Amino acid sequence: MRETPMQRLLSFILGWGTALLLFFPIAWMVLTSFKSERDATSPNLFFTPSLDSYHEVFARADYLSFALNSVVISVGGTVVALLFAIPAAYAMAFHPTRRTRGTLLWMLSTKMLPPVGVLVPIYLLFRTAGLLDTRSGLVAIYALMNLPIVVWMLFTFYKEVPNEILEAGRMDGAKTAGEVWFLLLPLTLPGVASTGLLSLILCWNEAFWSLNLTSAGAAPLTAFIASFSSPEGLFFAKLSAASTMAVAPILVFGWFSQRQLVQGLTFGAVK
Amino acid sequence: MVAPLLVMPSIIVLLAWMIVPLVMTLWFSFQYYNLVDPSARGFAGIDNYVYLVTDPDFWVSLRTTLVLLASVLVITVGLGTLLAVLFNQPFPGRNIARVLAISPFFVMPTVSALIWKNLLMHPIYGVFGALASMIGLQPVDWFAQFPLASIIAIVSWEWLPFALLILLTAVQSLDHEQKEAARMDGAGPLAQFYFITLPHLSRAIGVVIMIETIFLLTVFAEIFVTTSGGPGNATTNLAFLIYARALLQYDIGGASAGGVVAIILANIVAFFLVRSIARRLEV
Repeated sequence: MRETPMQRLLSFILGWGTALLLFFPIAWMVLTSFKSERDATSPNLFFTPSLDSYHEVFARADYLSFALNSVVISVGGTVVALLFAIPAAYAMAFHPTRRTRGTLLWMLSTKMLPPVGVLVPIYLLFRTAGLLDTRSGLVAIYALMNLPIVVWMLFTFYKEVPNEILEAGRMDGAKTAGEVWFLLLPLTLPGVASTGLLSLILCWNEAFWSLNLTSAGAAPLTAFIASFSSPEGLFFAKLSAASTMAVAPILVFGWFSQRQLVQGLTFGAVK
Repeated sequence: MVAPLLVMPSIIVLLAWMIVPLVMTLWFSFQYYNLVDPSARGFAGIDNYVYLVTDPDFWVSLRTTLVLLASVLVITVGLGTLLAVLFNQPFPGRNIARVLAISPFFVMPTVSALIWKNLLMHPIYGVFGALASMIGLQPVDWFAQFPLASIIAIVSWEWLPFALLILLTAVQSLDHEQKEAARMDGAGPLAQFYFITLPHLSRAIGVVIMIETIFLLTVFAEIFVTTSGGPGNATTNLAFLIYARALLQYDIGGASAGGVVAIILANIVAFFLVRSIARRLEV
């Protein structure tokens, strides 16, 4: 009774129109990745699809090492951030003190420091410590970069756990560690998982520190793709194939975690 | 009693992560310090700042930063609001359409920038050029003729889905009975949008503006892989200027002075963002 068929049709056309328009560059990239290098430079839709570009990208043996760097750095950064954040979020959610509110807001404010503002000291510190172009260096940066978001998201999830459940556990003699491990973690596993997922997405796509602090050894895929910007020859099909492989896993993750993403990225300000 | 012990590690690492580089940036900004000329060290007073503000490149980069920020904000928030309302209407396949529309946000910046530059905007081989020739127009060399507008287009494409995603979440929490009542009272779709939807969204729009501002003030990868700040200094924003000073010219002092300016800019925004989030926070 609410929308007339005309309105639905209009929404359908406009909605799908914009959706396809916004998705077009991604679709075109995937399409181009199956073209030969010669077909790739002309925007025709008729070509013999081939996997040549993928083979060639793989044949540059270093592709796998870039991909591996991305995986190691993203997973490493996320795990380290979670290790710090889980106890902190637990304590603040279940044993809040007068200072908890201030602490949370202060953590949030550390996220506001623009990376470029501290590029110089971080670069010099890394150079002195021999951390330039190392995976562990980026893991540390990514963990610190995402720690405030991770704490906030976990805090929001823990807040939703009814205190009575924990009290029942305490009556049964659970100590704090046991409380976290046996009660809280299973209860909030979906929350921890989606927090980790958001952190993974942010690490995977990060392209300021990865471009500035790595060269060859520890460079992740963001930096590998950037190497296609060199002017000595345009390899559209290979660029597309490498890009498709770099983007695909995170795109799928993103589709599954839209809602948590909103909470995480707005620090719970929009629900 | 264990509670403080559990929070402490996070506080300590974040404090170190914030304070150490901040103090170093401040310190370097008052020093003569060039990595290729180790002999010229020492206290510089405000020389680095004087050099910065008397450098026309700095003002151009500041202007570029603000133009980029304002344009992307207008495009993403404006279109994002309209799209949020659109994607809240029922139509067949809506969920799939939504997923497609928000996808660009998950594409890494270096990929977005290079795909746009090469596959779409390239004057000879790109899709836009082909479309232009098809209707008999001269293909445009986007990055040569409209470098900043090209960057704005790419960054807007990345951030429009973000605005859409956040605003859609906010639209969905809109009270339907209120809209229904307005409709019964004879309010047309436009009036409903203006008097009910928009006020309801104002808070979410504020949050989107502030979060985007934090990130857009320091757009880097998109510029790095497409124009490298050029042609000339047409697309050099503050972030790229600082990067060039530090890692291309090795002028640590000068780059640090720029870094201080970037931090101050970001903090003006951060102040309002933190305040608006604090109002909502229950502990």
